[in-house]
Amino acid sequence: MSGKTHAVLLVLTMGAVTQLLRFLPFAVFSKGTPKPVLYLGRVLPAATMAMLVVYCLKNMAFSALGAWVPEAIAVALVVGLHKWKHNTLLSIVGGTAAYMLLVQLVFQT
Amino acid sequence: MKKTLRYSFLATLPVMAGYLVLGMGFGILLYDKGYPCWWAVFMSVGIYAGSMQYVGAELMAAGTGLLPAALMTLMVNARHLFYGVSMVDKYRGMGKAKPYLIYALTDETYSLVCDAVLPEGVDRKGYYVLVSLLDQCYWILGSFLGGLLGSALTISTAGIDFSMTALFVVIVVEQWEKARTHVPAVLGFGISALCLVLFGADRFLIPSMLAISALLLVLRPRLEGKEGDK
Repeated sequence: MSGKTHAVLLVLTMGAVTQLLRFLPFAVFSKGTPKPVLYLGRVLPAATMAMLVVYCLKNMAFSALGAWVPEAIAVALVVGLHKWKHNTLLSIVGGTAAYMLLVQLVFQT
Repeated sequence: MKKTLRYSFLATLPVMAGYLVLGMGFGILLYDKGYPCWWAVFMSVGIYAGSMQYVGAELMAAGTGLLPAALMTLMVNARHLFYGVSMVDKYRGMGKAKPYLIYALTDETYSLVCDAVLPEGVDRKGYYVLVSLLDQCYWILGSFLGGLLGSALTISTAGIDFSMTALFVVIVVEQWEKARTHVPAVLGFGISALCLVLFGADRFLIPSMLAISALLLVLRPRLEGKEGDK
């Protein structure tokens, strides 16, 4: 089996599992949504987004400066920029550019 | 219809910013791994999940087995289960559009549909469909452009995946400013950080989601009625 054929199968596998996860709740709760599930529907978004930020930063470590300082600075910059201008493009591009500069030029790992 | 179109487009502008940058980052990364731009489009339609596509690029380059890849996808994307739970009621009655809406439920699209308060005259179904469709178009375009650009770039793209972190941080900031109670957000941060320490970077998502959901349910008597926006 060639490498590229395997890669196609990988993509299809990852796609299938992803779709399974997305469709499952709709299949399970098709007859009506219980009240606790409705409540979760209202409170989960904020909790989930917070968890996703932690997920993005999961490889941070305090073992070396380069393993946490770029992230800390860049996240602070994103928050600061966003509270200042409320412009998503600016916040994302500014934070990403800062992070890339720090990681490539200042804290080469 | 025009009002719905305009409102939906405006709502997706933050995601457009994020997806174009993030998508290009993905396209460039994938190109660097030896997969030209049409592979990026294939993955953006076949998988359509940003963070998993980034991970997928690594898995493909390493020739990882199908079963480990499936388990990895389960772990990374398990949160999509919770998106579905949040949307079961809101997507009821969406008719023929429903399968597409579910298929397209990514992190960013979820952030736009999960607590959407729509003004007078904006059609809910139209909003859901347009937002989902536009987001996917941005993503496909970004990843395709990234793949194209990858062959032309000489500068290093190390760190470009931070754009995903940046997008999520922006969303958290905006949710925080609008929320009446910060308990869900604080719980989300605290529990996932704790689980990260306890279970390690590769295994903390599922325990986090279970613990977060359990704790939120325990707190339901105190929180119900107080959730939502100011």
